[in-house]
Amino acid sequence: MSYLEQSIKTAPSGARKFLCLNWPLVILLCTVAGVGFLMLYSVAGGNLEVWAEPQMKRFALGLAVMLVVAMVPIWFWRNMSLLAYLISLALLIAVALIGVEGKGAQRWIDIGFMRLQPSELVKITLVMLLAAYYDWLPMSRVSRPIWVLIPVGLILTPVALVLRQPDLGTSILLLAAGGVVMFVAGVHWAYFATVILAIAALVFAVFESRGTDWQLLENYQYRRIDTFLNPDNDPLGAGYHITQSKIALGSGGWTGRGFMQGTQSRLNFLPEKHTDFIFVTLAEEFGFIGGISILGLYTLILVFCIAAAFGNKDRYSSLLILGVAMTFFLFFAVNMAMVMGLMPVVGVPLPLVSYGGSAMLVLMVGFGLVQSAHIHKPR
Amino acid sequence: MRRPARDTAESQRRITRRGLVVGGLQLGVMSALALRMRYMQLEQADQFRLLADENRINVQLIPPTRGRIFDREGRIIAENVPSYRITMIREQARDVDEVIARLARLVELDPGELEKARRELKELRGDTPVTVADRVTWEDISRVAVNAPALPGVHPEVGLSRRYPLRGDHAHVVGYVGPVSDRDLERVDAPEQLLRLPRFQIGKIGLEAQRENLLRGSAGTRRVEVNAAGRVMRELDRQEGQPGADVQLTLDNELQTYANARLDGESAAVVMIDCESGDILVCASSPSYDPNLFVRGISVADYRALLDDPYRPLPNKAVQGIYPPGSTFKMVTALAALEAGDVSLQDTVYCPGHLEISGRRFHCWKRGGHGNMDFHLSLRESCDVYYYELALRTGIENISAMAERLGLGVQFDLPMTSVAKGLAPTREWKVANRGAPWVVGDSANASIGQGFVLASPLQLAVMTARLATSRSVMPRLIKSIDGVEQPSGHGEPMGLNENLLREVRRAMYAVTNSNRGTAYRSRIIEDAFRMAGKTGTSQVRNISTGERSTGVISNNNLPREQRDHALFVSFAPYDAPKYAVAVVVEHGGGGSTAAAPIARDITLQALYGEDPPLAAYPEADRPRIKAQQEKLRAARSRPEAEESDRA
Repeated sequence: MSYLEQSIKTAPSGARKFLCLNWPLVILLCTVAGVGFLMLYSVAGGNLEVWAEPQMKRFALGLAVMLVVAMVPIWFWRNMSLLAYLISLALLIAVALIGVEGKGAQRWIDIGFMRLQPSELVKITLVMLLAAYYDWLPMSRVSRPIWVLIPVGLILTPVALVLRQPDLGTSILLLAAGGVVMFVAGVHWAYFATVILAIAALVFAVFESRGTDWQLLENYQYRRIDTFLNPDNDPLGAGYHITQSKIALGSGGWTGRGFMQGTQSRLNFLPEKHTDFIFVTLAEEFGFIGGISILGLYTLILVFCIAAAFGNKDRYSSLLILGVAMTFFLFFAVNMAMVMGLMPVVGVPLPLVSYGGSAMLVLMVGFGLVQSAHIHKPR
Repeated sequence: MRRPARDTAESQRRITRRGLVVGGLQLGVMSALALRMRYMQLEQADQFRLLADENRINVQLIPPTRGRIFDREGRIIAENVPSYRITMIREQARDVDEVIARLARLVELDPGELEKARRELKELRGDTPVTVADRVTWEDISRVAVNAPALPGVHPEVGLSRRYPLRGDHAHVVGYVGPVSDRDLERVDAPEQLLRLPRFQIGKIGLEAQRENLLRGSAGTRRVEVNAAGRVMRELDRQEGQPGADVQLTLDNELQTYANARLDGESAAVVMIDCESGDILVCASSPSYDPNLFVRGISVADYRALLDDPYRPLPNKAVQGIYPPGSTFKMVTALAALEAGDVSLQDTVYCPGHLEISGRRFHCWKRGGHGNMDFHLSLRESCDVYYYELALRTGIENISAMAERLGLGVQFDLPMTSVAKGLAPTREWKVANRGAPWVVGDSANASIGQGFVLASPLQLAVMTARLATSRSVMPRLIKSIDGVEQPSGHGEPMGLNENLLREVRRAMYAVTNSNRGTAYRSRIIEDAFRMAGKTGTSQVRNISTGERSTGVISNNNLPREQRDHALFVSFAPYDAPKYAVAVVVEHGGGGSTAAAPIARDITLQALYGEDPPLAAYPEADRPRIKAQQEKLRAARSRPEAEESDRA
C-alpha cells in the first residue's frame, strides 16, 4: 500500500479536520498576536486606530488564510511546491525590474490593493521546494555532491536576488532556513563544517589583512564594519538607533516602567518603534519579566512545531514543519539580537508582533502549512 | 511514488536526530538572548535608567532678570522690556530651507537678517539656536507658536531687552549692554554657561560693565522633558535664579537731562557733587549718543559716524577726559604755600605782567600787569605772576601734595569706565616718565595749572567740594543697591587751617561777586544762593615767541582745535555750600564766558529744583536767559515725546 493511498484513507475529512488542528499552536499564535496589539496600542500613545486596529484586521485575515491553507491536503501543497517557488522567483525578478522603492530598497510590487513583498513569500516557497526535493530524493543520494549542489543553487538564486534589493536580513534568513532544511534532511555534516570553516577563514582573513599589503577591502569598507561592530563610537550617527534601543531595553529593569510609561518610546527616542524595534518598547514597559515571557511564548511555539515534525511520519511534512519553525525562529532571534545590540541592525521584524502585513501573512501561510501537515499526517 | 518502509523509517530517525541538533542550537541561541536580556535589564538597569533620564531630561538655564537702574528719586534710568524673537535649531529642523520657506509664509522675514541666519545655520554647531527674526511682534510669535508642528526646530522666544528711556542723558555714566562677543568670553577664565545663551546681554561699558556681577544676577535652571526632536513636552521642576540687583544712582535725572540740554552739543563736560554726601548729582559729557543703538547692535555706518565725530561723543569726558586745570588750580598752589607758611595772606607780590625765571620769561595773562597783589586780589583777578612767585617759594612737592589732598591726581573708585587718575606731578615722576630733571620753570607752569598738571572735571568738582566744606568729600555714584544704602562720601575734616580755607572761599566769592572778579557776569543775584567760583583757561598749544612779539592771536581767530579749553569750578550757596560744580568746555575759549554761565545755570536749577526765576539772574541778562530757558524746556520735553511714539 502506497503511502499516498494510506494517507487519503486515514486523513480526516470535513468538519473533523477542524478538530484535528494543532490547537495549542493556534492559541499560542493568537496570544503572541494579542501581545502585539497591546504594544501597538501603547506605542501609538494609547491610540487604537493608528496601528493596533489595522494589525487586528490583518491578523484576522492571516488566521483565515491559515485555516484555508490548513484545510487543503498537504500533498496538494507538496505538488505545488515547485510552481510556488518559480512564481516567487519570477516575482523577485519582477520586483528588481518594476519594483517600488521604499526606504532606500527596492522591495515591493504595487498590485493595486496591496503592496506585495516577494522576498517574504520566497521564505516559505523555498522551504516548501527544499522539503519536496528531499522528499523526492532517495536517502542514498542525499549526500552526493551533485545532489547537494542542486539545493544550494535553489537557495542561492533567491538569496542573490534579495541581496540586490538590498535586504541583508532576508538573505540571512533564506540562507539559514535553507541550510537547516538541508541539514535536517540528512546531508552529510562535513559539507556544513566545510562551509562554516570557509566563512570563518574568510572573516579572519578580511580582518587580518587590514593594514597589510594584501588588504582585501577598501579602507571605507573597514570603517563601515567598525561602526557596525561598535555603535558606541558614533552614538549620534550610525549608532544612534542601536544606542537608544539599548538604553530603552536596559532601563526596563525587572518589572519595567509600566504600560504606556516607557519614556524612550513615548518621547520618540526609539526608531521604528512600531515595527523592528517593538520588542524594545515591550522590554522597556514590562521589563525583564515581559521580555522573558514573550521569549517563552516563542519557545513554546517552536516546541510545538518541532514536536509536530517529530510526530509526523511523512518526510515532506517533517521537513516543511522544521523549515517553517526555523524561519520563525530566525525572525525573532535575529530581531531580538539586533535590538539588544548583539547583531548589526538588518531590518527583521518581530514575528506576529511588529506592525506590518506581508511578513505576518507569509508566516500565517507557513503555519497554515504546518497545520495542514498536522491534520493530514499519516496515521 | 513508492518508497521502501525501511527507507522511510531511516529517514524519520535521521530527521529526528538532526532536528534535535537544530532544536538544541535554537535553545542555545534563546538562552543567549535571555542571558543578554538579564544582563542588560537586571545588572545594568540602573545605568541604562540613568541614560534614559539624561535622554529625556534637558536642563535649561533661565536667564536672570537684569537689575534695573534708578536715579536718586527712583526714576528709571535703565529698564528691561519684553522682546520677541524667533530662533531655529538646525539639527531639529533637518530640512532648513523647507522650514524657512514655511516660516516666511507666516512671518515677514528681513532679507538681511535671513541671509545672516542662513549662514549661521550652516556654520555653527547643529544644536545652536540661531535667531531668524528679531524684534518681531506678539502676533508673529503667536502665529509661529500655533503652527509649531509644521515648523520643527523653530522656537518662538520671549526675552527681556535693555532699554534706556532717557537715551543719551546717562549714556556715559551707565553705558550699555550688548550681546556677548567672543572677546567677552575670552576675557573670563571659565565663562558661565549663561553667557553662551543666544543674545544674552552683558554690560559692555560704563556702570553696566563695571557692576556687571551685581546687575546680572544668577541663572536659574529648569528641568524639562523633551522628545527626540528636542521639543519640550513638560516642565519637571524649576530652580529660580537670583535676579540682578536694582541699583539706585546718586544722579538726578532732571538735572542730568537739563545739563545735557544746556551743554547743547558743545564738546563739554559737567560734574555736580552734593557737598554734604559726595553724591554725584550730574555727570554729563557732551555730545552724547543713544545707548539703545548699541543694545540692538549698532550699524557700521552709525558707529563710524560716532568715531569720526571731531566732538568725540563716545568717551566720558567728565571722568575720562583729563585737562590742564588752568587757573582753577590756583587755589591749590595758594593753599600749599599758605599752609607751609611760605607766604602770608597779607604778603604782596608785584606783577609787572611777567616774571623772569632762570632766563625764561613767564607771562601773566594781563600783559600790562596787575601791580601789587595779595592772595585775595590775585585769586579774584587770577594774576599769574603771584602764583609763579608762590611756586618758587614753596616748591612742586608741596603743591602736588596739596593737590592730592584736594582730590587731584587721585584715582577715585567709581563704577564708570576709565575713571582717570589725572596727574599731580612730582620731581620723581618727571625723571621716571620724561627722563629729564624737574626745572623751576616746570613748577611755575604747574602753579597756574598748566604744564604737567592734569585733572578731570570730576576731580575738579571734588576739589571744589573739599574747599567748600573743609572735608575730604568722596564722590559717590551708587546710592543704594537693592534698597541698601551705600556708605556716604561725607568725609572727615581735611585738617587744613580753617582760617586759610575761609580766605580761599572768600576770594572765590569775590571771583563771581566782585565787579573786578573774572566771573562777575555769571553771578547769582539771589542772596540766599550766592555762588563762589574760579575761572580757568587752559592752553592747548604753545604760544610762540613770534606771537608774543606780534601779540597773541585772539581765540576767535584760531581754528577750533587750537582754541583754549574753558573751565569753571564753583560752589553754592556761599554761606552753606550745597553743590559743587566743575565745567570744562573743550576749545571753548575763556572760562568766564564759556564755562561759568553753564555752571551757574545748572547750580540754579539744582537750588530751585526747577527753572529758576529770572530774579536770580543779573538784570541785564534776563531777556537772554528767558529765551534760553524756553529753548531748553522745549529741548528737554522732546525726547519723552519720541519715547511715547516708539512705545
